[in-house]
Amino acid sequence: MTERFDAIVVGAGPAGSAAAYVMAKAGLSVLMLERGEYPGAKNVQGAILYSDALERIIPEFRDEAPLERHIVEQRVWMLTDKSHIGFDYRSDEFNDAKPDRYSIIRAQFDRWFCTKVKQAGALVICDTVVRTLLKDEKGQVIGVKTDREGGDIFANVVILADGVNSTLARDAGFRKELDGDNTALVAKEMHFLRPEVIQNRFNIGEKEGVAFELVGTLTRGKIGMGFIYTNLESVSIGIGCMVGDFEKGGLTPYGLLDELKAHPSVKPLLAGSEMKEYSAHLIPEGGYKAIPKVYGNGWMVVGDSAGLVNSIHREGSNMAMTSGQLAAETVIALKKEGKSFTEQNLARYRSALDDSYIIKDLKKYQGMPGFLHGNRHVFTVYPELMSQAASTMLRVDGIDKKSKEKQVTKSFRQKRGLFGLVGDAIKFARAFR
Amino acid sequence: MSKVEEKLFQNRYLLDEGNPHIRIKNPELCKASCAQPCTFCCPAACYVKNEAGGVDLTTDGCLECGTCRIICSGNNNLEWDYPRGGFGISFKFG
Repeated sequence: MTERFDAIVVGAGPAGSAAAYVMAKAGLSVLMLERGEYPGAKNVQGAILYSDALERIIPEFRDEAPLERHIVEQRVWMLTDKSHIGFDYRSDEFNDAKPDRYSIIRAQFDRWFCTKVKQAGALVICDTVVRTLLKDEKGQVIGVKTDREGGDIFANVVILADGVNSTLARDAGFRKELDGDNTALVAKEMHFLRPEVIQNRFNIGEKEGVAFELVGTLTRGKIGMGFIYTNLESVSIGIGCMVGDFEKGGLTPYGLLDELKAHPSVKPLLAGSEMKEYSAHLIPEGGYKAIPKVYGNGWMVVGDSAGLVNSIHREGSNMAMTSGQLAAETVIALKKEGKSFTEQNLARYRSALDDSYIIKDLKKYQGMPGFLHGNRHVFTVYPELMSQAASTMLRVDGIDKKSKEKQVTKSFRQKRGLFGLVGDAIKFARAFR
Repeated sequence: MSKVEEKLFQNRYLLDEGNPHIRIKNPELCKASCAQPCTFCCPAACYVKNEAGGVDLTTDGCLECGTCRIICSGNNNLEWDYPRGGFGISFKFG
């Protein structure tokens, strides 16, 4: 291939497809390379799609994209070994004409997004691994070397959307290896059930969906979280912990997932299902402080590759799409102005990120990863205390309510101490503000 | 079959026979001074303790997550790459 593209995008996930689509739509010559046999073949997510980021790129996506169910109810469950105590929010307002989030199946969604990229005029090649970035003598990135014969391809700028592992950025010296304490490993299974069974079991209508977020004692004091999302005819269930926590031993990713599935509150939700796929994936959860350099001479990094994940609000693919869009707009603007893709000029991409919800939100929660590392007890102590309190207050056993209240207060103070309780609250509030 | 094998059995792979994409650089290093976290962190149980006190690696069930590379980065004892284009895990759902 002797042709020189305006831009090469590495990776056909939400970040890469967003970048390629926006650039191709503006008339640029774009090549997107994907290592899987089809877009999505290597990609794993829960998955919840937040409408806003995609709507800003493809306003009519609701008419075309393979969406599973729009989410009308969110449940947050704190699990102890035998119980759960939870908070649900459900509103008919989530049933409006333009729902704000959907469950999706990534292999299907990513394929659709990629068709849009092709329709916009970009060239998409699958089955191709980019092995290294090509640089000129001054260090400017000028293209990529692939694992195909004669696989050097040239472009004015390369956008790295190669995912959380981003071997390309690391090998090129643009970033360090991922930190196990800031990276979550999540194991997930897809469980198939008839749509009517899902609707009855989760108390939802034909197109409606429920999203669960789960924390609790089953991660045994490790920093971790689980989820259950309803799809049209399947249920996604997964759970993960920090890699650094798994490394300390005592828990395997698949063992943890099996424990979650066997939990008395979860097991009936999956009863009779057929498991059709097991997957695992890393999530970069270091937040603001872990964001690497996102641009340089001839290159930009977007999405998971750049660590753009808000782990508190479970947002990632939206940030991937928005960062892809912002990188693409930077390329379009520079080309229009006849400017070169130097580090100095590509700094605009970082400014655009800074001005967007992405960096603003990540900055807001920058203290959170540190708080959780220093306070692993919040994952076990509070679910247990809440569960005990509920059990004590709800059980009718001849003991008067005043005495029960005293017992609950006592258990909280015994477990954490008054200073511990107040301290936790203050530290949490500081990390959250 | 162990439980994790039952899980992996549901997946679709295109195996690149005789061309593993991850390699242990120096197997001796695994025996000495390593807690071998790869044997319990890998979600596909690709790493198994062997009788010689080392670790055997079979990449056939690999989910390409990258966990082993992170936990072995201190010892720098893994050659970790993606499988050739199109090979390895092919998620039907993802």
